Amino acid sequence: MNTTMHARGGAAMRLGGLVRKEFLQILRDPSSIAIAFLLPVVLLLIFGYGVSLDAKHVPIAVVVDQPGADTASFTGAFYHSRYFTPHPLPDMAAATHALMAGRVEAIVRLRSDFARQLRGNRGAPIQLIVNGVDANSARLIQGYVDGVWIGWLAQRARSAGQVLDIPVQLEQRVWFNSELRSRNYLVPGLIAVIMTLIGALLTAMVVAREWERGTMEALLVTPVAMREILLGKLIPYFLLGMGGMGLSVGMAVWLFQVPLRGSVTVLFACAALFLLAALGMGLLISIVARNQFVAGQAAIITTFLPAFILSGFVFDIGSMPQVVQWITHIVAARYFVFILQTVFLAGDLWHIILPNALALILMAAFFLGLARRRARKRLE
Amino acid sequence: MTAPATAPDGDGGGTDVVLAFRDVDKTFRSGNRTVPALRGASLEVRRGRVTGLIGPDGAGKTTLMRITAGLLVPDAGTVTVLGMDAARDSLAVQAALGYMPQRFGLYEDLTVQENLDLYARLQGVSDADRAPRYAELTRMTGLGAFTARLAGHLSGGMKQKLGLACTLVRPPRLLLLDEPTVGVDPVSRRELWAIVYRLVREQGMSVLLSTAYLDEAERCDDVILIHEGRVFGHGPPQRFTEPMGGRTYAVSVPEAMKKRTLQERLADAPGVVDAVIQGEHVRLVLQEGEVPEAGRLLPGLDGIAIEPVAPRFEDSFIATLHEGAGEAAPARSAAPIAAAAPGADGTVIAVHGLQRRFGDFYAVRNLSFDVHRGEVFGLLGANGAGKSTTFRMLCGLLPPSGGELRVAGVDLRTAAAEARARIGYMSQKFSLYGNLSVGENLAFFASAYGLRGRRRRERIDWALAGFELAAVRAAPSGELPLGFKQRLALACALMHEPQILFLDEPTSGVDPLARRAFWRRINTLAEAGVTVLVTTHFMEEAEYCDRLVIMAAGEILALGTPREIKARAHAAGHAEPTMEDAFIRLIEAHERAAEAAA
Repeated sequence: MNTTMHARGGAAMRLGGLVRKEFLQILRDPSSIAIAFLLPVVLLLIFGYGVSLDAKHVPIAVVVDQPGADTASFTGAFYHSRYFTPHPLPDMAAATHALMAGRVEAIVRLRSDFARQLRGNRGAPIQLIVNGVDANSARLIQGYVDGVWIGWLAQRARSAGQVLDIPVQLEQRVWFNSELRSRNYLVPGLIAVIMTLIGALLTAMVVAREWERGTMEALLVTPVAMREILLGKLIPYFLLGMGGMGLSVGMAVWLFQVPLRGSVTVLFACAALFLLAALGMGLLISIVARNQFVAGQAAIITTFLPAFILSGFVFDIGSMPQVVQWITHIVAARYFVFILQTVFLAGDLWHIILPNALALILMAAFFLGLARRRARKRLE
Repeated sequence: MTAPATAPDGDGGGTDVVLAFRDVDKTFRSGNRTVPALRGASLEVRRGRVTGLIGPDGAGKTTLMRITAGLLVPDAGTVTVLGMDAARDSLAVQAALGYMPQRFGLYEDLTVQENLDLYARLQGVSDADRAPRYAELTRMTGLGAFTARLAGHLSGGMKQKLGLACTLVRPPRLLLLDEPTVGVDPVSRRELWAIVYRLVREQGMSVLLSTAYLDEAERCDDVILIHEGRVFGHGPPQRFTEPMGGRTYAVSVPEAMKKRTLQERLADAPGVVDAVIQGEHVRLVLQEGEVPEAGRLLPGLDGIAIEPVAPRFEDSFIATLHEGAGEAAPARSAAPIAAAAPGADGTVIAVHGLQRRFGDFYAVRNLSFDVHRGEVFGLLGANGAGKSTTFRMLCGLLPPSGGELRVAGVDLRTAAAEARARIGYMSQKFSLYGNLSVGENLAFFASAYGLRGRRRRERIDWALAGFELAAVRAAPSGELPLGFKQRLALACALMHEPQILFLDEPTSGVDPLARRAFWRRINTLAEAGVTVLVTTHFMEEAEYCDRLVIMAAGEILALGTPREIKARAHAAGHAEPTMEDAFIRLIEAHERAAEAAA
């Protein structure tokens, strides 16, 4: 036996070897690159450009039973609104047909006695029929039609030298996202989804791959300690996740012009906390699931889908049923999405950031601690 | 023979025992079933020796290795490795031993050098020590020219050597190799054995090596024979073969009789433990005290020559299983036979200039051979030689890139479905529905082949009776022992009475007794006129074939009867070369020719 080999490297050398290996594998494996870089860019482009929850240029049918000066000025208001693209149609039959065919989202109908009733005491009724399949859009359209109508009334009063006589007036101001661009809160929220992909899904899959290919077994029978194996996964995917974070923030600010009102430091500090929680979940899954298919499914169901659906990223938590609202409290992404939307659109509001950050710290500690406890240098 | 070679006298304590198992039990749970992997296993591995852990698949070899490496904890008993308790001090044990798992534990997307670097760091080899160690390892393994190649792009033999080099990057005191020779061509197997012996002789390393190849037992200093979780014997190989002295014979008869027929008759003769085809004769193992008497063994036959031969390890293994485990000799197969196939000119499969390309890579090139009715035709080659690709094309699962292919008189390019109705296929993984019962699997395959009504019932009854499956009819097929699965898979493939039977590595992972029974069934099928094509990497199974091809890198190196192919190795000075000798010579000659051309 070669007795000159005494100088044994310690934990640092072993960890260095593991981290190096992981980076080489990430660079050589197209599927890691795809999950870490390609998928985030695609998601950002889809949500930045494609998906919009705003109602703009909504096609509506306008049916005027008996055209006159009043009806012309009323429908004119729709033409001037940027929310609507009106299509004048001759009768209700044609309008109903257009609604059925999906060519218009709503029908505004002015009856033949519109002008006469307008001058009466009780005022003129307008019929509004909205396609309610998408309840969200239907409510938006309803609101915008109200807005157009009130605006028209006010303008009519002014031109007659009067003041519109409505006892209670609504003076609306929209704070934080004054342009009401859905992109402004979707893109920051998306960062939580992207980091879940890298932290939980990718990490769970690559560890499962080591079990599948038998390399984990070879690793376990070296002097390496279990915490070094875990750190050897944690460090590379933490760096990768923060890279994804940087990419997403960059695209959000420069490509999609999302305002960043809070500080970058706070943003990245909170992102680091969330990423640790996601990595903890990923490692925990990989300890239980030892093949890539199961690991992928488990990660998608327990981390990715909740980050998408239950985090408040797209769907408002406040309008969920009470039970579901309780469930959202165990979804780490919920806290992070709240922080993201706050830091981007409102600024460093500590009374919001601190409790949410604390929740992230607890979740990170819980999942990482559990992963460490459950991970054994054994095959059982 | 079941007593350990050395008396168990106090662990460690200055003796030369590097590994000791004392009454070790290990049971695995799968669902609500418990599977015993080790049952009261006791053994010792001595310093500076190569100890072979020998047993069929599923015997408990890998479990034993993993317990030694501290990856599993025994349910009962103690395991002492280099004076340490394997379960309690597993980290210290792991720092002192080297372990190469099955499939070698390599990162395929890392290069040879990067794999070495990783394991050097994990083993704490300092920068200064690395360069000379790498030089030594690459010289020993011949990997020097490939350091920049990705491990995934190495051949099976090269991967095996790289796996070994990674395990040896810090010289371990005890080296554990789990089935290092599985799926590796015979040339690489021989090279591995040479390396292992150099390590032991030059560096005083102790090696525990597991294998399912019984012929490798004779290469070990000590042998531990393990079967179904029990240690059946322990000691130098001679201890196993000596008691077999005077019980092994080579039987030959005049040319006219087929070897397979002779083997069938001998296997059923009284006092016979084992009868296998070996070269030009049938190797016979008799019960203790039996006298080889031609008249008694083969009544009514003339010109029988019975020569005593030296016993080998496999004889004793089979005898041990028969006697120790009280297992009955493989029952004669109840002629599970399809109606004879109508053959026109006797040629059932005609292959001419067959090619298959994947991109620029030729998996199969310029393949030509004919297979006749009732023939057992073998495709022999290492992993990656093109056997499976050829098979898939013959079954109509993969279209050829060029050449002609007629199966059962049908051109596969135009009428693959028609040809498929005439063939039965049994894949290496058996392709059964694990959560369906045996009866349900049979019923499914019967309907898949379009059988119904009375005929369907008849065929299912035939399968249950002919393959001894009636007793397990209701059992989920996934939970059956491998030998049963193999029988069931064969029954499923024969459901529609095919004229041609394709068997892809049918016996891999099945213990030697089940393998013998399997080949007897195949013989019976061939006698009845079914044409059988079989791929295998067990060289000795090639002897069961009427004719075979040896393939390497997608090409045919040799085509002929086993005798003709082995005749090519005569020049090497072997009196009676084995199929493995012939195979190695052919591969070497092929590589030399390739080098000369390059």
